[in-house]
Amino acid sequence: MTTNPTITIDGKTVPFREGETLMEAATRAGIYIPHLCHNPEFTPHGSCKLCTVQVNGRNCRACTFPADVGQTVLNDTQELNDTRRTITQMLFVEGNHFCPSCEKSGNCDLQGAAYFLNMLDGHFPYFYPSRQMDASHPDVLLDRDRCIFCELCVRASREVDGKNVFGIAGRGIGNRLVVNSSSGLLKDSELDAGDKATQVCPVGAIIVKHHGFEVPIGERIYDGKPIDEVSLAKEMAMGEGENG
Amino acid sequence: MPLTELERGRVLEIVRRHGSEPTRLLQILREMQEEFRHVPGEAMEIAAAELGVPRPQVQGVAEFYSFLSLLPQGRFHLLISDSISDQMLGSRELAAYLAEKLGVEPGATRADGRVSLGFTSCTGLCDQGPAGLVNGLWLSRLDCQRIDLIADAIERELPLAEWPGEWFAVEDNIRQPGLLLTGPIEPGSALKLAVENGFDAVFTEIDRSGLRGRGGAGFQTSWKWKFCFEGPEELAICPVDKREKIERYVVCNADEGEPGTFKDRVLLNRYAHQVFEGMTLCAGIVGASQGFLYLRGEYLSLRPRLEAVLAERRSQNLLGVNILGQAGFDFDIEIHLGAGAYICGEESALIESLEGKRGVPRNRPPYPVTHGYLGRPTVVNNVETFTAAAAITLKGGEWFASHGTEKSKGSKILSICGDCARPGIYEYDFGVSIAQILDDCGAENTLGVQVGGPSGTFISEREFSRRLAFEDLASGGSFMIFDQSRDILQIVRNFTHFFAHESCGFCTPCRVGTSLLRNELDKICSGHGTAGDLVELGNLGRFIKSASHCGLGQTAANPVLNTLERYPEVYQARLKSIGFEPGFDLDGALETARRLTGRDDAMAHLEQEES
Ligand SMILES: Cc1cc2nc3c(=O)[nH]c(=O)nc-3n(C[C@H](O)[C@H](O)[C@H](O)COP(=O)(O)O)c2cc1C
Ligand code: SF4
Ligand code: SF4
Ligand code: FES
Repeated sequence: MTTNPTITIDGKTVPFREGETLMEAATRAGIYIPHLCHNPEFTPHGSCKLCTVQVNGRNCRACTFPADVGQTVLNDTQELNDTRRTITQMLFVEGNHFCPSCEKSGNCDLQGAAYFLNMLDGHFPYFYPSRQMDASHPDVLLDRDRCIFCELCVRASREVDGKNVFGIAGRGIGNRLVVNSSSGLLKDSELDAGDKATQVCPVGAIIVKHHGFEVPIGERIYDGKPIDEVSLAKEMAMGEGENG
Repeated sequence: MPLTELERGRVLEIVRRHGSEPTRLLQILREMQEEFRHVPGEAMEIAAAELGVPRPQVQGVAEFYSFLSLLPQGRFHLLISDSISDQMLGSRELAAYLAEKLGVEPGATRADGRVSLGFTSCTGLCDQGPAGLVNGLWLSRLDCQRIDLIADAIERELPLAEWPGEWFAVEDNIRQPGLLLTGPIEPGSALKLAVENGFDAVFTEIDRSGLRGRGGAGFQTSWKWKFCFEGPEELAICPVDKREKIERYVVCNADEGEPGTFKDRVLLNRYAHQVFEGMTLCAGIVGASQGFLYLRGEYLSLRPRLEAVLAERRSQNLLGVNILGQAGFDFDIEIHLGAGAYICGEESALIESLEGKRGVPRNRPPYPVTHGYLGRPTVVNNVETFTAAAAITLKGGEWFASHGTEKSKGSKILSICGDCARPGIYEYDFGVSIAQILDDCGAENTLGVQVGGPSGTFISEREFSRRLAFEDLASGGSFMIFDQSRDILQIVRNFTHFFAHESCGFCTPCRVGTSLLRNELDKICSGHGTAGDLVELGNLGRFIKSASHCGLGQTAANPVLNTLERYPEVYQARLKSIGFEPGFDLDGALETARRLTGRDDAMAHLEQEES
């Protein structure tokens, strides 16, 4: 008889399968590790750093780091949650997140993470970028000032839609989301409102038009439930679908 | 402006000359930049179609590298090095003089399209600055007189080929040779020995020498080569000779982007044969048939000479097929040029760049040594590491290991610049004291030394008895000296701006953090900081260090943290000494409003109340 290999996360024994990441093992065990750029449907990216955990004393990203025998993982600690809160604050001040006027408010993962991490202010001075807004497409709006460079739209368009509508250009703090068309505008790209790429943005940077405030503020996802519950419910179900 | 039929043809020609290979994208864009003085949107489109890659990927690359530009640059494009050592030699004043003389602002192209001007990170000429680049080629020892002549040549549209050679002259400045720099090995001699005695014997000598990587991290070279030979775990069960199973690659890291480092420049200029010989030996050991020299864009001037050395080696059968008559020993080396991105010195970003992509560091594991270029096992070593490996092959591991210290065998080549009488190249056995080095290069009244470049350590005069070694002070080669007349905060600001400019932007802590750190430091230096800002500065620095994805972010706050620890009083002296402290610059806070309303009149500014 072979026993499943295991790791421990915050003292709890968690089994994992060969080739699994820490995030995958944790999710299956019902443990929430905060994340923004990770979505189990796509290739892990490892850029936002919200999923930072400590593996045998070293900082690692749970969404990309392979689980292995002998790992003692720390996840829900004061220190790690402080780090995650700082990251969230940085993402808020880097862009323009005027939540009350954003159609995503209440359904936004960045907000959800901020509530969960008990973030009360932006802490850092705001950058107030003025990146180009793209309202050219009949059905989709792109507000770059809200983009957090998670590249989920890039991956969804490439891996699921097979269209490569989005990409990242620029460097450093000058990074920007670019669109695959000669004019650089969404209306001249192959994007359709029903594409996966329009549904994965964790914030309000990509918004499908003609659906304003159908669910009123106050009754939206994170108005009622914390992100750990929402995320686990969704991603554990996805995991079961895969195995079933 | 749309391209003409002829120009479109040229674009296609460039792409096809590179075999329409996506891995050649950066090289293709470099050539477009050279041809059109920018990368036209239409050219990106043609390239994307011809290479079969999405347009955003081409644009992503074009916008990532500093030496590529989407807007036309001048027919003469001048870049002035902004490294601290150049600034100390008056580069900023010279740039202002040049700007006035030519009637063009830094960062702009003159209306007639003849000339453009800008600043760039360290060009690797810190021992003969102030330095710069014209159309990518080195200009050394600039002064007002030289600038008058250059401006005149530009206004007469004198082709670069007709500019006097001395304007481009670069000296090696080898001041103190040691183990390696006493003279290059005879080309081919180490390879001949390897072919006679077998590569296992060569490996044994490399292993015995204790050689550790010279690029900074100091990983044991023999282990790296062994891991590459063994390949990924999937191959462990492979019964046949591993070397035959999959392609492997040998890459020489000549990105040398750490400000103040220029020893690889000298090795490539004078020891090119030996560098290539080291790479070829490595190829024999790990079983690679393709090698790359990743040459930083700033070293374009070295390219013709390096190509000539490669050609010579091919003609002597030191490269190519059945090298030195050994059947199946095939290896060749290709030069890839970078294009102004410090991050491409990080090995996994370098590999991305070699593949024609943005220089973004990969997630690890897997490591490049098992999953590198095109996912294949790849050795990446510094120029000096390969140089040493060739010498060790010839002279034996014992020869090398008898020098240096317990954990740092052999010698280290330093590039010394800043406040000293004799800047240049110095080679020491590991273990030498900082005081000895300062004495040798004629440094006086030294305030402190930046060992290992901005990402390394700033040490104060109280620490000159410390030693150069992996056990104490490691250095990739940069050694910048500052005397008592220098302003520490000015130095720290230069470094902190450098990192913010060079952050690749992939991960949040470094992308946002390095800009926040720069702004916070600027605020303190401009006299608007309070005690709270100092606390913030330290916290921010420690956060970036611990949370960032790669070595750039993990070291970007070192200048701030090192000096906060050693010179708290220098920071304190800059703080605003008012009881009622606005935590911000009142006038600065109105900047956004001014920008939005397009106003800049007197009424749109606020005076800060001083108490
Ligand atoms: C931001 C950054 C820049 C680097 N730049 C260089 C460089 O210019 N040259 C170099 O040899 N190594 C550089 N390195 C280190 C490389 O990642 C790698 O460790 C080295 O090339 C390995 O060669 P070695 O073992 O011979 O030292 C850099 C690392 C980082 C994080
Ligand atoms: S637009 Fe949305 S999905 Fe795309 S990178 Fe930005 S935040 Fe991520
Ligand atoms: S630490 Fe900086 S340079 Fe490194 S991946 Fe992150 S953003 Fe890029
Ligand atoms: S969720 Fe792991 S880095 Fe973003």
